[in-house]
Amino acid sequence: MSCFLSNSSLGKKLVMSVTGCFLVLFILFHMSMNVTAIISPEGYNMICEFLGANWYALAGTVVLALGVVVHFIYAIVLTLNNYRARGSQRYAVTVQEPGVAWASKNMLVLGVIVLLGMALHLYNFWAKMQLVEIMGGHTNSLGLAVTDGAALIAYTFSQWYYVVLYLIWFAALWFHLTHGVWSMFQTVGWANDTWYPRLKCIANVVASIVFLGFAAVVLVYFFCPCIAGAC
Amino acid sequence: MNFTLKIWRQKDAKSKGAFETYKVENISADTSFLEMLDILNNNLIHEGKEPVAFDHDCREGICGMCSLHIDGHAHGPSQGATTCQIYMRKFKDGATITIEPWRSAAFPVIKDLVVNRSAYDQILQAGGFISVRTNSVPDANAILIPKADADEAMDAAACIGCGACAATCKNGSAMLFVAARVSSLAKLPQGRVEGARRAKAMVAKMDELGFGNCTNTGACQAECPKQISIAHIARLNREFLSAKFED
Repeated sequence: MSCFLSNSSLGKKLVMSVTGCFLVLFILFHMSMNVTAIISPEGYNMICEFLGANWYALAGTVVLALGVVVHFIYAIVLTLNNYRARGSQRYAVTVQEPGVAWASKNMLVLGVIVLLGMALHLYNFWAKMQLVEIMGGHTNSLGLAVTDGAALIAYTFSQWYYVVLYLIWFAALWFHLTHGVWSMFQTVGWANDTWYPRLKCIANVVASIVFLGFAAVVLVYFFCPCIAGAC
Repeated sequence: MNFTLKIWRQKDAKSKGAFETYKVENISADTSFLEMLDILNNNLIHEGKEPVAFDHDCREGICGMCSLHIDGHAHGPSQGATTCQIYMRKFKDGATITIEPWRSAAFPVIKDLVVNRSAYDQILQAGGFISVRTNSVPDANAILIPKADADEAMDAAACIGCGACAATCKNGSAMLFVAARVSSLAKLPQGRVEGARRAKAMVAKMDELGFGNCTNTGACQAECPKQISIAHIARLNREFLSAKFED
């Protein structure tokens, strides 16, 4: 079994599909938590407290990190294979084939943008919240309590360049998901001609919900921090 | 009609190739693309030059031999047609047409526009068959097959193994070809028996020969001259994964 998951092309794609599915579910979970910060900053801070340096939150973080690492390493391995398989001599004339989505041909680039955005996000938030708690601290470098997530959001998105960078990040994620979500069904074989339009519609809906949910928090805290109760 | 042709010329597999430009004049709009190349070659022979090597055989879209990448499309600008089924009326008078061989590491160029597609034969030999005695003709109704299954199997069996899928795929993946072969047999009772072994053997051979990994772009089905659907790729994925999990 372990053999085909690392040796065979379809096995490697299965790993991409399963880890991708796990990450999509996590992103939906994360997005719903974030939206709480608009509705009730106190409620959001309760979630932050609940997901501090507890054993279950730490275990979740480790599994999540593993998911990201495996998804990314497999993406690199598969892309290198594909690059070799394409050959050294490329076509002089290329076209965009009808019905082929731009995102489907640029998943690695989009994935790299998503990963860079994640690194920035970990620096902005994780390093000032859970990491501080793991190290035994109670206040971060900004002087905020590690469980005061709402204040950290308000502080971060009062700076316009973070708003821009995060929106670029969410846009890349939107493109990545429009292909990734239906593609994971195709890879495990749960697709056919009847279901392609439905799966692609589901992928667009999931990607858009994720984008709108994440972007709403950033924009609401940037434009009207008082409405969000953070002033 | 007059055309300017930019054609890839390569002496042999080891030589470095390059584009050369040729002019063809007074071509009838009803000339087929391959006939137009025949006219060019005739002119080249009369000029004492080496004719352009290109693959062709049946010239009626069923053998899978013709294999040109024309203006960025495998088999040229028409959908659902092989190179031999394209007529010059499809192009504008005075157009410059770029003609390249299939580009894929598993399909090395032999000469000019001819590539070695024996990798597809090797994949077929690995499992694209059924093991039955073929002596006397069996009764036509001995095995009943639902019409929908027969239709789906025939849609997959329309694959002519031309290589356009791997040549088009940005990953050089042969999945549409392998899927069509696996699917055409898996939907029929005669082929169902060896389904698991076939899917594993053909995928293993495909990987061994250096084809890339499918990333579900769907470019293959857009360029396939037989318009084979990537739904067959989904079936191959099911066949392969269920076979592996049963191991």
